[in-house]
Amino acid sequence: MRKPPRRKSLLAQSLCGSLLALTLTLFMQFAHAIDTEAVFPDNPELRQRYDYLIHQLRCLQCRSETIADSNATLAADFRRQVRESLAAGKSNEEILKFMTDRYGDYVLYNPPFKPLTWLLWSAPVLLILIGGTCAGIVVVRRSHLPDNDSPDLNPDELDQGAS
Amino acid sequence: MLRYLIPIGLFAALVGFFFVSLHRDKETLPSALIGKTAPAFHLSSVQDPTKQVGTSDFAGHPYVLNIWGSWCIGCREEHAVLLQIAKRNEVPLFGLNWKDERDAAQQWLQQLGNPYTESAFDPEGRAGIDWGAYGAPETFLVDANGTILHKHVAPMTMEIWEREFLPRLRQAGAQRQ
Repeated sequence: MRKPPRRKSLLAQSLCGSLLALTLTLFMQFAHAIDTEAVFPDNPELRQRYDYLIHQLRCLQCRSETIADSNATLAADFRRQVRESLAAGKSNEEILKFMTDRYGDYVLYNPPFKPLTWLLWSAPVLLILIGGTCAGIVVVRRSHLPDNDSPDLNPDELDQGAS
Repeated sequence: MLRYLIPIGLFAALVGFFFVSLHRDKETLPSALIGKTAPAFHLSSVQDPTKQVGTSDFAGHPYVLNIWGSWCIGCREEHAVLLQIAKRNEVPLFGLNWKDERDAAQQWLQQLGNPYTESAFDPEGRAGIDWGAYGAPETFLVDANGTILHKHVAPMTMEIWEREFLPRLRQAGAQRQ
């Protein structure tokens, strides 16, 4: 006789759980739509360039986020700057240069390829080359070693070695 | 022998690199504007909305631009130092009130004292972006030609003033004479 109430509460729990999960998912989506919705609604080209640019610029208050993802007030100011420059007919290069002139290359989320950063960019390729060369050398050297599976060992001796 | 020395050497180099990086300041960004002409702006004065103040008020004279806001904890921290510097009369302090409300800014100056010859009111933060500001307080030293000589991010202290600002100010003054 005790079982039915428990089953009810289980049902209620799972209902509550799914409701909670649903609510959380809704919030997750809101968190990502900062203010990109209302930008250049009639101009898909500018909208696209805006989307591109805000993903190229770093929020300097939060450092690890682009201004597209950040809720910081400075990021909002940067987005406004990008919007207004686009509306004023500036090119992507001009807009990015305006920011790097003031904030340095650090404001770019992707570091540019230049003498100071070539090591950074070429590190993956270099590491693969170095690793590959080392592996190659080891393999070639080993292949020159005499064959160790010496035929003069008889099966009895092998058993002894194993035990 | 070499085959042992190479990995040990590489490891030692890595340890050295990490050790140096531990003590490096990764918060302060180098200013891209040092050595360049200070961006001009004209805004209303914090204390008198009808009055226009701007960088051209200091044409031909060195000045210090201090970015502050009543919301900024670091600004409260450095305020006494700014008052002290203002009292020494070495160089005018020009305030840029950044992303603030006029009432709050006026109240701040009234309660804590006003070290600035003027404070420009920049509620939208446009002049701040033009100066490459990413937080407050930030303090710039500008020479008589309007060139930015130095920038300090974080609260001003008397040590930093004596060590980083005064020598540059004196050097710039000496070069003009």
